[in-house]
Amino acid sequence: MTGRRRRVPAATGVPAATGVPAGTGVPAATGVPAGTGGLADELDAVFRREAGQALAKLIRFLGDIDLAEDALQDAIVAALESWPAGGIPDSPLAWLLTTAKRKAVDRLRRETQRSDKQQAALAWAADGQQEADMSAIEDDRLRLVFTCCHPALAADAQVALTLRLIGGLSVTEIARAFLVTETTMAQRLVRAKRKIRSAAIPYQVPSDAILPDRLPQVLAVIYLIFTEGYSASAGDDLIRSDLCAEAIRLGRLLAELMPGEPEVDGLLALMLLHHARGPARVDSAGDLVLLAEQHRSRWNRGQIAEGVALLDKALRRSRRLGEPGPYQLQAAIAALHDQAPTARDTDWPQIKALYAELYRRWPSPVVGLNAAVATAMADGPAEGLAQLDVLADNDRLRTHHLYHAARADLLTRMGRTCDAVAAYRRALELANTTAEQRFLAKQLCGVSRDQ
Amino acid sequence: MKYLMMIAVDRSSRPASLAAGEKLMAEYLAFNQRITGSGELVTGDRLEDAGTATSVRVRDGKTMLTDGPFAETTEQLGGFYIIDVPDLDRALELAAQIPNARDGVVEVRPIVAG
Repeated sequence: MTGRRRRVPAATGVPAATGVPAGTGVPAATGVPAGTGGLADELDAVFRREAGQALAKLIRFLGDIDLAEDALQDAIVAALESWPAGGIPDSPLAWLLTTAKRKAVDRLRRETQRSDKQQAALAWAADGQQEADMSAIEDDRLRLVFTCCHPALAADAQVALTLRLIGGLSVTEIARAFLVTETTMAQRLVRAKRKIRSAAIPYQVPSDAILPDRLPQVLAVIYLIFTEGYSASAGDDLIRSDLCAEAIRLGRLLAELMPGEPEVDGLLALMLLHHARGPARVDSAGDLVLLAEQHRSRWNRGQIAEGVALLDKALRRSRRLGEPGPYQLQAAIAALHDQAPTARDTDWPQIKALYAELYRRWPSPVVGLNAAVATAMADGPAEGLAQLDVLADNDRLRTHHLYHAARADLLTRMGRTCDAVAAYRRALELANTTAEQRFLAKQLCGVSRDQ
Repeated sequence: MKYLMMIAVDRSSRPASLAAGEKLMAEYLAFNQRITGSGELVTGDRLEDAGTATSVRVRDGKTMLTDGPFAETTEQLGGFYIIDVPDLDRALELAAQIPNARDGVVEVRPIVAG
């Protein structure tokens, strides 16, 4: 959003977004003093559970994300002062909302400049009646999801906002997950919230007419969080489980908020079916273990069963509505892997057919790569290699380590050792994470020895 | 909420034929009528091409004039609308209906509320 800033007439007088408010927003674990033991944990759990709902409702009534975050933060500080002595109230959510409302009034009274929006918010907040209409709370959360994932925001801002405002992660946690400094992440959030306010990005669930355009955006943000955790793009850790777990939590929330949307269930199924293999994907040394060599006994059977059930439900519904979407197709592939007793006994022809279908409708280089690998498994390495060669024109794929790793594997199986060594070397040059580099080096070593 | 919609078109692109030019004008006319009828149009106009622009800068009290637009890019401002709509979604919906959105680009900027 900042890249193309033009010269601005001096008259705007608006200070640049340099001042990053400290401790903005939904307090995750940060608000609770450390070392107070069981009570601190209990309070932390209550805040984690209630803060997201409270925030969504406050944003709607106050019409301003920053004000809502600040007021909620104030309310949580007040809770930390009074709950330990007086006990946790029966409805922590109602308590937090009432208190946040009072705190918002205080804040607005202190401010000298008030926009019309804030005036309206003030009128609401000053209203003595408890009008926190709990029944609509889920609608507010869904509104917030669509605002955070609005396509007018940059992709990295959508991810950051979703983790912050829906997931309730702290700025520090998000910054660490995406390997940027806390200042960078805080500024990214400030800019995004400023755009929401200044450009009037609506706080609403899109109309039926534009929902088919907007829902895939929301799903893409959640899946991006998952894949970043599942296959970290850089750094020492191959898998960042916390990000995967967060994405699954967001997926569950969305499935709850939008029941009967097959792709929402499809995405959740896909994430569960992949995450189930997590424990077997990395060995004790932190190295990547290929699907074929994983100890399938270490796969999470509960997650697989849940994923398969969700997928079945989604596919049944899709059959009535038309064709299944991309997440359902990918989940179907993952389910076939997860249900196979061994790599050899996998239903490769069916996987090949699903990848072909996926590639026909969404021809991305990565899908093409996977389709070629599936062909190799179903029909033999020569057929797979021929399919890979067709993809060689694609620049993005040619500079991707997985493309060369896949070629190297097929060449090895065909006995073309010299070519395989060259392909592994190229893959090694292009790999980003240390765990992937170690894995490729090991494969290269194995092939070179056979030479 | 008011928004400025700036229509940028490729400098070199001209309607392929007289008929294509007339068709484009008819589309603009229809668009103008729609947003006038809905009460969303505040104002809007087509601009002479960027070759007629003069950029003005005052430095140390001295006025400096430069021939041409302030930014040299392949796409140049060709026209604009100011609209008054409830939120960004409606603004983006209208921007997508501007005929030159198909070959050029429309930048939507909120106008700071008075």
